[in-house]
Amino acid sequence: MSITVSLQVNGRNVSETLEPQTLLVDFLRNHLRLTGTHVGCDTSQCGACVVHVDGLAVKSCTLLAAQAHGTQVTTIEGLETEGRLHPVQEAFRSEHGLQCGFCTPGMIMSAVALLRRNPTPTEAQVREGLEGNICRCTGYHNIVKAILTASTHMPAQSAQASRS
Amino acid sequence: MYAFDYQRPDTLQAALAAAAVDDGAFLAGGMTLLPALKMRLSRRSSLVDLSGVKELKGIAVEGDRVRIGAMSRHVEVEDSPLVRKALPGLARLAGGIGDPHVRNRGTIGGSLANSDPAADYPGAVLGLGATITTNRRQIAAADFFKGMFTTALAAGELITQVSFPIPRRCAYVKFRNPASRYAMVGVMVAQFTNEVRVAVTGAGAHVFRLPDFEQALGRAFSPDSVLRLSVSSEGLNEDMHATADYRASLISVIAARAVAAALAG
Repeated sequence: MSITVSLQVNGRNVSETLEPQTLLVDFLRNHLRLTGTHVGCDTSQCGACVVHVDGLAVKSCTLLAAQAHGTQVTTIEGLETEGRLHPVQEAFRSEHGLQCGFCTPGMIMSAVALLRRNPTPTEAQVREGLEGNICRCTGYHNIVKAILTASTHMPAQSAQASRS
Repeated sequence: MYAFDYQRPDTLQAALAAAAVDDGAFLAGGMTLLPALKMRLSRRSSLVDLSGVKELKGIAVEGDRVRIGAMSRHVEVEDSPLVRKALPGLARLAGGIGDPHVRNRGTIGGSLANSDPAADYPGAVLGLGATITTNRRQIAAADFFKGMFTTALAAGELITQVSFPIPRRCAYVKFRNPASRYAMVGVMVAQFTNEVRVAVTGAGAHVFRLPDFEQALGRAFSPDSVLRLSVSSEGLNEDMHATADYRASLISVIAARAVAAALAG
């Protein structure tokens, strides 16, 4: 049984006929070729696949594309505005919040969601907020530093950007 | 995943009818069902997505009870001003489930129907003496949890809402596995005007109460009342992370912390 799934991805309307068992992450990567969203563990633990669905961070490896029907999805590719990096992306660059970079898209999507819920987090709140994201290189220190830096540089409208 | 059909009905009646097929399953948040399907631990002919069913949504305070629709996501319970005011211990419990991404999807109904031995919500349901309403009947918390991943729910029976009595004070504290972050032991302590209830999750096949802890706290609601009480390790979970004896020892310590947290408000 194929089904038709229609949703908005990074502001663009898309509609595809899919098998119901298609995961959102596979739809994004294989059908739309938005390969910035990564599959790390594929068992709902690592958070490399985090995207926003109607403004909320979710693991796209644990969501059917069909469940996202009628929603607005934002991926890492949708964060920049007019060629300018999102303040969180910029902070990951300036603070070197990555080493191999594999977990980075999920880290950044989680960080954007975290700062939307709590625009001025403490270091402890940032660490707690990253519970659903695993990095095997950095030891997290520069990731936390990047998010704290971003929190001081983020204009209010950027925090809202991916919800709109 | 094996192939399955998918439907997203928008009424309770349509959802029940759609699931009444061989191997049909209700899909709530999918935080357990989808990983199980992906690993082929489970195979279903049809998934009925409940996210569009209006009858399963909503949070309300009615008299001395908080009523939570089965499809309420953990983040909604965590953020609900009504729950935060009437039952702050429950809002905090919801805010500690899994991680932020899981809380954005997982639901109270799904968690209870799954009855994972390390899940947090069963602690609140038994510890507060909640009533679970299904499409067929009302089930008291004491009659709901039957075993590891086993509940009183019959095939085709669906949780529609959970009703929690509001205690004078309550708190849930868990000791997390350092890697998985699941509760190795989680304790809900609730003080009502006429009784104290203590429920333990994570330690056994399913959530259970501790009558001697409840009696001790009924005499004096203080951490010291339970800190030195011993718990039998018989029947407790044992795995690579903790022996049954270790879990038994943790129960007293975590129960005392839960009492302290309840007193702190």
